[in-house]
This record gives sequence, structure tokens and C-alpha cells, in this order.
Amino acid sequence: MEPFTTLTSRTVVMPAANIDTDQIIPARFLTTTTRQGLGAQLFTDWRYDAAGAARPEFVLNRPESAGCQVLVAGRNFGCGSSREHAPWALLDHGFRAVISTELADIFRGNALKNGLLPVIVDEATSGWLMGNPGAQVRLDVAAGTLTLSTGIHVSFPLEAFARHCLLRGVDELGHLLDRRAAIDAFEQRS
Amino acid sequence: MPTPARTLFDKVWAAHEVTPETEAAPAVLYIDLHLIHEVTSPQAFSVLRERGLPVRRPERTLGTMDHSTPTQTNQVFGGAPIAVDSAARQVEALARNCAEFGVELLALRHAQRGIVHVIGPELGMSQPGKTIVCGDSHTSTHGAMGALAFGIGTTEVGHVLATQCLLQRKPKSLALNVEGRLGAAVTAKDLILGIIGQIGVAGGTGHVIEYRGSAIRALQMDERLTVCNMSIEAGARAGMIAPDETTYQYLAGRPRAPRGAAWDAAVARWRTLPTDAGARFDREVSIDAGAIEPMITYGTNPGMVIPISASIPRRPGDAAFARALSYMGLNAGEPIKDQKVNVVFLGSCTNARLSDLRAAADVLRGKRIARGITMLVVPGSQEVKRQAESEGLDQVFLDAGAQWRESGCSMCLGMNGDLVGRGEYCVSTSNRNFEGRQGAGARTLLASPVTAAACALTGRVTDPRDLL
Repeated sequence: MEPFTTLTSRTVVMPAANIDTDQIIPARFLTTTTRQGLGAQLFTDWRYDAAGAARPEFVLNRPESAGCQVLVAGRNFGCGSSREHAPWALLDHGFRAVISTELADIFRGNALKNGLLPVIVDEATSGWLMGNPGAQVRLDVAAGTLTLSTGIHVSFPLEAFARHCLLRGVDELGHLLDRRAAIDAFEQRS
Repeated sequence: MPTPARTLFDKVWAAHEVTPETEAAPAVLYIDLHLIHEVTSPQAFSVLRERGLPVRRPERTLGTMDHSTPTQTNQVFGGAPIAVDSAARQVEALARNCAEFGVELLALRHAQRGIVHVIGPELGMSQPGKTIVCGDSHTSTHGAMGALAFGIGTTEVGHVLATQCLLQRKPKSLALNVEGRLGAAVTAKDLILGIIGQIGVAGGTGHVIEYRGSAIRALQMDERLTVCNMSIEAGARAGMIAPDETTYQYLAGRPRAPRGAAWDAAVARWRTLPTDAGARFDREVSIDAGAIEPMITYGTNPGMVIPISASIPRRPGDAAFARALSYMGLNAGEPIKDQKVNVVFLGSCTNARLSDLRAAADVLRGKRIARGITMLVVPGSQEVKRQAESEGLDQVFLDAGAQWRESGCSMCLGMNGDLVGRGEYCVSTSNRNFEGRQGAGARTLLASPVTAAACALTGRVTDPRDLL
């Protein structure tokens, strides 16, 4: 995993609430046995019509969305299945952060483990972002802040351990493997 | 000093803390049972291989095949190839991974194979007080046994394979108190749909739910499994029900439940698990079971649900609501009853246990499904299938004009090619009515097995109470 310190990018806005993991990456693409290449199927049924042609009205198909690394989404983004293919598809497409007022628990955990930054903001901040699609924002992991193009800084919650893993680009497996002695002891006493 | 009163969840959590959480790091939580399947495990095994790690406790790990497996008998047993190529490769990858890492696998033709959340309880592996995880959000199902069971992503599947542990912050607790009695033709499925309708699809986010109260105590084990299964549809991390005599009677004599003295010791331990009097929950919600009617969804998430006798609500100015109704081809303010149906799916980890099949068969016995309706009956496991056949339920479904299949997730998510057509309406006993869940453009109406069977008979959305 690459270290994640700061990110400056324009936003893509998808205002709908409850965007579920079946929209992010439909089940028919889950028969893969690798992590790569899922970006091509991201939001596929919203991006393409039944004949496979791009729907020009869908936000990711608009020219101004190219290169945007921050997705602003409605409340409860990522609800539904535990498929880690959802953050894999978002990352493969080029997103590095998702901003919402609420993210589904499993999605949030999966995102962090892959270096996709989950950013929870208040209603007012979300409202401003929704009203200013394409705005340039800056995310600072060490400070835990989102800076809007107005210069306003907004703090977002990020627990210490997740921050540590993001900043150093380390994953949790190493931390768990370092606790083998404690795990051995637990198995012996239980 | 007396021990402070604790909840069922508190007790199971505390008993599995290898190291407690601190401000700097989450708790290391020990996992008793890890269930794996073909869809969310291949990339986890790849990580083990890349890092040269073994599976720490293969005997605490069990693999099965369910999501992308065929349900056509000739593709399972008859030598016909699995129709979806990539699914066939995924199934082969799981077999290879389990063989290489020494993990037991209930493979495609195994007599005990089935949907992962059906076979855990059925084999007696899902037990009170255990921590159970699987790379599948409906792992919440096993909480009905009094276990702490939750879905994880593939990276965490790798963590559990390598260390038998997960890094976790302790979620909050939510008591869902359900008092009263369910009415005629009102099932556990209607109860959980009613609960989700009340608290919303994010109502449980960050929480572990404990379902409590007289209505929960009165439920049989299969029904409790249905309730806990859909905890994730309310956004909850897990759902739990305290073990009691119903739980012990269900488990006694199951193939992998303890026996003899070990059984007695286990039951004595399990009796200490229920929430202590006076224990505090972070939140409490009360539900009146007597007010629940047969429920059906009309929209594109499980919270968009109404009593089957009601009309679709109006929400002027709500763009997402309008979009959902447009996808569904339904109109605000109109009754859902008599809406035309094309497909009926009786299956999934929510409602494909023996009692579900019996309830649907009771509605269909001696009758024919409506002309033009396709009805798939997909048992939750090969054991459920065998038991149903020994009771003659397969013949009831076949005589009615339905298809009788091998077990698997099937049309719940259509990974194996069991799909609902674009624009078609499917009354489904599964758990998700998301856009495209059962196939691109498919329109899902979630309901109970009894309601689904009633709809199959008439070819329209039908209140099962009208057929009583």
C-alpha cells in the first residue's frame, strides 16, 4: 500500500443516499480471482445502457470527471454486501477518497485496508460539496482535515491506528503477526 | 466488588479479547470459526502465498461453495460443464486453495454442501458464545445461535487465515425489544422487514443488535436465523439472540455439536451468556409484533417496505425516491396488491431452510402456479434438499409447476446465471432488492415464503391472508 499523506483533487458528486455495493460493482463481476481491473466495471449499470453504450448523462461519463480522485456521495454510501471488490473498483478507477455524511461499516473498514480514505463530514459540509461539484479540495491525513476551495478547514474523524497505517502505507496484517505471542497465550488459556 | 451487569454481546466480546483496545490500537479479537467460500477468498489466499504464511488454525476454518455454483442438477452431478466460465474457475481455485493450505472443503458434490449461512447452524458448528466470521455480510445470520457473527472483507479473510484474529473496535449495542405475538400468515421475514422499515437501512450502523422480548423467545431457530440474517440490511454490524432451550434443542445431536459430557459442559457455559438484568445498551427500540402485517418491498432498498395491504407512499420532492419508483416501474399512491409478477424465487440464506419450504409448500399443495410464472425453489443446503424430498415437498413444488434445484445462493444475486430478466418483477424470499441485484434491470419485491407462494398461485402480488 502506498503511503497516504495529502491529496488535492477536484470532486465528483453522486448525491443519492444509500448507494449500495451492488451498484458500485454488480455481483456478476465478482467471479474474478484477482484485485485488478475492476475499474472498468465500476457503476457499470449506471454508466452503460443495455447495449453497452455510455450514458452521457451519468456523472462519471462527463469529461469534467476525468482525473477526479475524490468522490462525494450521499448518506450511507457502500451499504449492502461485504465485497471488497467495491473499494478495489473505486481505486482501480482512480478514486482515492470517498466523502459522505455516513459510510456503511464494512465498506469503511474495507476502504481503509486498501488505502481508500473514508471521510465523514457534517450535513453542512456535505451540502456545500453537493452544491459545488468539481470543487477542488485538499485532504490531509496527518491533520485529519478537509480543506474546501473557500479555504474553510473541516475536521474529519480518523482513529489513530488507521491514520498510522495510512501515513506509513503499512497494512494491519503485520501488526497482527507481531502479536503472535499474545495469540499463542490466548489459545493456551482458552 | 460485584461484576457489573453485562449484555450477551459484552460477554462474548470480552471472552475473545486477545488484547483489549486502546486509544492507539483496536482490540485483537480471537475468531472461533471462519467460514470461507469461493467468491471472497481467492485474493486472501494469494496474500498468504505472497508472504509465505500458512493457515494458522485450519481446523477452525471450513470452506463451502455456494455463490457462483450452478443449481441445475446436470451441472452439479451430471457431468455438464458449469455454464459460467469464470464461476467454474473460481470454484476450481477454492478447491486448489483448500487442498494446498489444508482447509476442509465441502465441495460441489459433497452431501453437506450448502449456503454458508445455512450449513453452519445445520452442522451444529455455529454455537452460542462463539465468534464467527465469513467474507459475506449475511454472516450476521449465525448470531441467532447466540454467537457474535459478522461479515468481513477479503483483506480480513486473509488476517483470520493467517492469525485467527481480527483488529476490531468494539461496536455499540442496540436492544431491539419485540413484544406481543405475530398474527396469522405473518412470519419472521415480515417481522424483520417491519423492523428495517421502522429503523431504516442505516438504523443499525455501528451497532450490534440484540433481539429481545417475548416475540423473539417464541420464534423457532429457523425463524431466528431469518431475523438475524437481515440485521445487515439495517446497517448493523451483527444481530444476536440469547441462547435458550430452543437453541439447545436445535443443536443437540447435530453432526458437529458437542456430545456426552462435553455437551453438558457446553450447555452449562451457554446458560451464563444471556444479558444480565440491569445491563445497559447504548440504544433501545421497541417493536409491537402484533402490529406487523405481511410485508413487501416496493423500492430499491429493504427499507422501502410496506404492509402488503398498503399503498406505495408519496414523497414529493424526493429525487432518490422518484428514481427508485421509476426503476421499479411503480407509482406513488397506488396499492402494491395485484401488481403483476413474472418470477418467484424461493431460496437464499434468509429463507431456504426446511421450515421455509414447508410453509410455501402448504400454500401450493394440490394447486398450480399461474400461467406464465417462473418459480425457482432452491433449498439452502443439500441436507435441506434431502429432508424436503423425504417429506415429498419436491413433488408438491414440481406438481405446482415450479422448478426444484440443487442448493446455492442462486437468484439472490445471480452470480451463477440464475437471473431475472430486464424489467421483470420477481417476488423473492431473499434479502436485497437493490437495482440489478437479481440481474440487470430486474425488479425485486422482497417478501416471506408464504407471500411468495401466494403470489406464484395468482401471478400477482397477493396478501397470503386472502388465501387462508
